[in-house]
Amino acid sequence: MSMDLSDALESYGIESHGLLDQMEAALLAMEANGPDSESINAVFRAAHTIKGSGGLFGLDDVVHFTHDAETSLDAVRDGRLAMDGPLIELFLKCRDHMGALVDASLVGSVPPGLLKSGESLQERLRTSLGQPSSSQADPGVSEEEIERLLLGVGQPPTSQDNRAAGEAWHISLRCGTDLFRDGMDPLGILRYLGTLGELLHVTTLADALPALAELDAESCHLGFEIDLKSALNQAEIEDAFEFVRAFSLVRILPPRSKPEQWAELIRALPEEDDRLGEILIKSGALTRADLAAALGTQVAAGDIRPLGDILVEQLAPREVVAKALEKPELEKPARDNKVQTERHVRVEAGKLDRLINLVGELVISHTVTSLRAEGVADTGLIEAVKTAGRFVEEVRDAALALRMVPIGGTFVRFQRVVRDLSHELGKRIELVTGGSETELDKSVVDRIGDPLTHLVRNAIDHGIESVDERLAAGKPAQGTLRLDAYHESGSIVVEVIDDGRGLNRDRIVAKALVRGLIESDEGLTDQDVYAMIFEPGFSTMEQVSNISGRGVGMDVVKRTIEDLRGTVEVSSRPGAGTTVRLRLPLTLAIIDGFLVAAGGLRFVIPMDLVEECVEMPEPGRRNYTDLRGSVLPYIRLRDLFSAGSAEPERQVMVVVGYAGKRAGLVVDRLLGELQTVIKPLGDIFAPLKWVGGCAVLDIGEVGLVLDVPALVAKAERREGAALRSQPWRGGIASNSANRGLTSEQKNVYIS
Amino acid sequence: MLVLSGAAPVANEETNVAAQTVTGTETTVLQYLAFSLAGEVYAIPLLGVKEIIEYGGVTPIPTMPDFVRGVINLRGLVVPVLDLSARFGEGRTQIGERTCIIIIEQEGRDQDMGVVVDGVNAVIDVAPEDIEPPPSFGAHLRVDFIQGMCKYQDRFVVVLGLAKVLSVDEITQIADSLQERDGP
Repeated sequence: MSMDLSDALESYGIESHGLLDQMEAALLAMEANGPDSESINAVFRAAHTIKGSGGLFGLDDVVHFTHDAETSLDAVRDGRLAMDGPLIELFLKCRDHMGALVDASLVGSVPPGLLKSGESLQERLRTSLGQPSSSQADPGVSEEEIERLLLGVGQPPTSQDNRAAGEAWHISLRCGTDLFRDGMDPLGILRYLGTLGELLHVTTLADALPALAELDAESCHLGFEIDLKSALNQAEIEDAFEFVRAFSLVRILPPRSKPEQWAELIRALPEEDDRLGEILIKSGALTRADLAAALGTQVAAGDIRPLGDILVEQLAPREVVAKALEKPELEKPARDNKVQTERHVRVEAGKLDRLINLVGELVISHTVTSLRAEGVADTGLIEAVKTAGRFVEEVRDAALALRMVPIGGTFVRFQRVVRDLSHELGKRIELVTGGSETELDKSVVDRIGDPLTHLVRNAIDHGIESVDERLAAGKPAQGTLRLDAYHESGSIVVEVIDDGRGLNRDRIVAKALVRGLIESDEGLTDQDVYAMIFEPGFSTMEQVSNISGRGVGMDVVKRTIEDLRGTVEVSSRPGAGTTVRLRLPLTLAIIDGFLVAAGGLRFVIPMDLVEECVEMPEPGRRNYTDLRGSVLPYIRLRDLFSAGSAEPERQVMVVVGYAGKRAGLVVDRLLGELQTVIKPLGDIFAPLKWVGGCAVLDIGEVGLVLDVPALVAKAERREGAALRSQPWRGGIASNSANRGLTSEQKNVYIS
Repeated sequence: MLVLSGAAPVANEETNVAAQTVTGTETTVLQYLAFSLAGEVYAIPLLGVKEIIEYGGVTPIPTMPDFVRGVINLRGLVVPVLDLSARFGEGRTQIGERTCIIIIEQEGRDQDMGVVVDGVNAVIDVAPEDIEPPPSFGAHLRVDFIQGMCKYQDRFVVVLGLAKVLSVDEITQIADSLQERDGP
């Protein structure tokens, strides 16, 4: 095919993987809860669609393999085959193979090795069906045969063919002129139809072809009259035209249609009635008598019969047809709650960013408008501007929410990882997920997939013990791996928790000594020690397995999370398990913030950190105060500026709390709550760890979003450094606990 | 928004000035934007100049070097603004009526950068052979900040090497060294 199919193929690839994911989810659900018809249908639907669309693109390898899988699934659907453990296992493998085939077909040719492994799967599918394992003849129509049919060469239809054609579906297709430009090919459709049944006759109509001088070679002017003998129902045949029917004329007549239906068809098609009649007779779809009857009826019945009475509708209102034919399969998705079929529109990320920027501008200019309106003192105008303001806010919220996706989609992928790995290692592990509805920015979701995979594999391989070991330790035989997500203090926390053997401090220390990471473990807290597993090339496993233990991975986890300006924490109890906690900032998320002013600048404090606001007590020499009987250290935001304006007489203290800590932030004024988007400040401000980003405020100014933990850590470090430089005041001169760790790591473990 | 002085030849150039090279009758000429700063005239390549706006709405960012004046909100985008005079070690620019911010786009960077100047003078066309190498001394400016010298109104003016003047690496390094010293 000479035209550029890459866009269409790419979306086919994306769609196929979406379908394969649904298929996997359904299979895993059946493995856990036993087979149910909805899940079986979901699996079947996915396979069917992949095959159908694959056929349109001429991806023969995909079609060929999926066809066999579909055959077995059909048997399952009809109850001829039981969906049991081994079969689910087989279908999972088939699903993976389909994915590999789709990928390979999209980039070029399918490597022979892949085809070979596919053949063995097909063999197993046939065995499960109880069929003889000899390879089947290709059910499709060969390319030559289509060419022959297209060119109208070869034997004229025999009388037998004529009879058969009466039993066949008659399809009239008039291609839309943009068919090629949409990345479609009529030959592909014919080829696919060939796999659905037997193509009895294809007549190519070139009537719409313009004169050569006016011919645009990229436009499609062809039409086809097709007779297809197939056992499929209407909806399944319609599927073949899924991608073309929007802009092409497609009409399908079921076998043994009545003369008036033929009349309707002939009338609806653009060609001359007589010419069409001849074609239909020639192809054996109609006898001359039928035609006469049809054309006669057309005249006789004329306009009396309403169009709606015709059984076969034009394809466009698909739901109507489906309902009329009472095909339950198509209605299912609506009430299908076990296997969620997602309805999504794929949009380029850049477009969303642009929308969000524009909405930000809209909000700002609206504020200006409302200020002006209030100046005019026209109540009608003020009302109108207020109403507009409500919508502006809603538009803003809706626009911001567009980029947010629930993390559940990422978690679901791990069902398979856990299942496969635990089988492979002979362990029994259950994956429990929580907080699936926690939303975070799409770009973050995309990037935490890999680190999470590393952590999950590690937990399964190193963390959770074998069944015997667990029983010996008095634990339940089945290990539990938990993936959790929740919002905390303006960050998103993702946890990977296992109930395995926990980290072995001594072993990590020994390894770290060998590698020269530390000189001794004296004074190192457990957290400091555990942090070392994130050093590049660090592995305590005596045996390198193919799952993990090579020491690559954990440092990748740390690097990726740090790139996202997040942190990694590990906590572990020997014998009880390990928790890895990823704390991710809401890079481009909506946050509820608390706006304050200090030294002429505006700062946004994440709302969930704010505990209370109190009046600033009489400032003393030392930066701590008594908050209802407990000591509260505080930071003056004014101190950020080396030379600020004169301090106001009264200051306010915002009490913030996070991870069990509390601190006060002294500000000049409280400006109230706001909901805002955090934007990154830019790369030159990267050294400012205490700034989590910035928010464009309604007045067009920029407010700095405080990263409170980093701000407090900075204060702690600063004070520590100041005291150490004056040893007579600082007490212990140096903190050996931190030896061997970079300041970055200390940052991570401030809590 | 476009603040250009007098009847400068760019008065009808729209905000997005993309073409640096204009094919003349015979030779290719390079285009530069001339602006004044603390009584001196400098030039920067016109390619990369996205727009010129009136000075205002700059939010200062504490604990940054003094040549970083802060950030502005440019139609929803956050753009850092540098004070060129302070970057050259000649003290901060006094904000006047003609002070403006030149928004510069740099290759390989997502974020634009703004520089504060006292006023924009003109777009000048220079033949490539008329660009002189920088003097080895006497410019009172770091040599790596100078890309070359060109003639404007019969006087030599410095063509700034923006890659170095706006170097993200250098700025972050300086900012980093300030972090533990300043602040709370």
